[in-house]
Amino acid sequence: MPQDLPPPTDVAIETDALIIGAGPCGLFAVFELGLLDIKAHVVDILGKSGGQCAELYPEKPIYDIPALPIVTGQELTDRLLQQIKPFNPTFHLGERIDGLKRQSDGRFAVATDAGKTFLAKVVVIAAGGGSFTPKRPPLEGIEAFEGTSVHYAVRRMEAFKDKHILIVGGGDSALDWTLNLQPLAKSLTLLHRRDDFRGAPHSVEQMRQLVASGKMRLMIGQVGGLHGTGAELEAVTVKTKDGDERIACNAMLPFFGLTMKLGPIADWGLNLEENLIPVDTERFETSTPGIFAIGDINTYPGKLKLILSGFHEAALMSQAAQKIVYPGKKVLFQYTTSSSSLQKKLGVK
Amino acid sequence: MAKITFIQPDGTSQTVTADPGLTVMEAAKLNAIAGVEAECGGACACATCHVYIDEAWRAKTGKPATMEEDMLDFAFDVQDTSRLACQIKVTADLDGLVVRVPAKQF
Ligand SMILES: Cc1cc2nc3c(=O)[nH]c(=O)nc-3n(C[C@H](O)[C@H](O)[C@H](O)COP(=O)(O)OP(=O)(O)OC[C@H]3O[C@@H](n4cnc5c(N)ncnc54)[C@H](O)[C@@H]3O)c2cc1C
Ligand code: FES
Repeated sequence: MPQDLPPPTDVAIETDALIIGAGPCGLFAVFELGLLDIKAHVVDILGKSGGQCAELYPEKPIYDIPALPIVTGQELTDRLLQQIKPFNPTFHLGERIDGLKRQSDGRFAVATDAGKTFLAKVVVIAAGGGSFTPKRPPLEGIEAFEGTSVHYAVRRMEAFKDKHILIVGGGDSALDWTLNLQPLAKSLTLLHRRDDFRGAPHSVEQMRQLVASGKMRLMIGQVGGLHGTGAELEAVTVKTKDGDERIACNAMLPFFGLTMKLGPIADWGLNLEENLIPVDTERFETSTPGIFAIGDINTYPGKLKLILSGFHEAALMSQAAQKIVYPGKKVLFQYTTSSSSLQKKLGVK
Repeated sequence: MAKITFIQPDGTSQTVTADPGLTVMEAAKLNAIAGVEAECGGACACATCHVYIDEAWRAKTGKPATMEEDMLDFAFDVQDTSRLACQIKVTADLDGLVVRVPAKQF
């Protein structure tokens, strides 16, 4: 039932539509909503737009986007961003939507983990497979250390001062944090499963110089187990080709890439079916009127998790959203090819 | 048709038949083999189809390509015998292939 969130500390951002997720479907929703004069803010936990296309397969080709015989994940993202530019959406990247509640005035109060609040007439959930979150190594007891001694991101470098740090991984995150934290650390060990790194060559070079000058240690192997008391990590067993070695360490940073987790969406009181949001195929609306779900996150009979299906869903969803944002307004069906009013919105007239 | 045997960490095994042209991951998914998750659907972008190749078959399945080797960085408990099942094409040559499913995908 309608319930107000506690009054937000900062002034809430008012918007017609709030889009959760900047994947291809969330981006195209900006376009379809924009044609109907619905202004949108877009939030994504990733630091960039493009969802799976940009995060999981930026360089890989997609062959089934209508009229684009071949396009990479990143190109598709770039083209969508170009296409929606006339509608001037506001992006809030690197923020996760945590809370969503309907207010007594019918609008939705939506809160991010960075303390922002939006007041939106409609909410479009385009959350794909859920929030991108760091992969947690399946090591026994790791949960107990998380937040205290095991970190998947660096929020404040100062927190790592004078620590015995173990960084695990071979990509840019592992290398960048190795280079950034080494001057602060009491000791730093970089652990990777092979002596070959995916990260930028000049970072690899800098790391090797630090190793050569004895300022840090590089180990080739994998984490076998964690040891500590309570939330305080004390040592880590490293499995190497020459056997196990136990190294002292009170801060560990594992970088094994990102995976998608449904996350807070589960707590918004929406009907869910196996972590997907059931919608109708006319309006693509959830069990709560005014909240829509498009793209990979939704389900309905015959659903295909394809980008092109999400584009279609965005178009129909927008028609339904217009009835909420502009109640009573007569809807005139128009083509972008011939409508001078649509062309004006697109900035081509 | 090639027979492929999947051995689980608890020692139980399942032998399935697969048409040449499929990948070992697809053969596993079609037969609901536990422990082969394949979140990305075979695009070498998730590492949740990680398997260990039986020693006797390593020469025939070959070595991972660079992209697969990079992706294996995201798998857990990687061994010299590790491969991503979606990157191994089933051929008549692989009839009898034996692979082990890891205790955990992540
Ligand atoms: C390797 C691979 C290859 C593929 N190839 C094809 C193909 O050839 N053709 C095709 O049509 N499809 C393909 N797909 C599928 C396609 O990428 C998806 O269908 C598409 O990305 C779905 O778009 P989306 O906008 O619904 O969600 P996503 O792309 O998943 O984006 C959702 C975004 O929402 C964000 N998010 C979720 N919850 C929150 C929250 N609470 N707060 C803030 N942000 C949140 C996530 O971080 C994410 O960035 C492929 C997928 C993969 C992995
Ligand atoms: S299925 Fe994702 S890497 Fe093989």
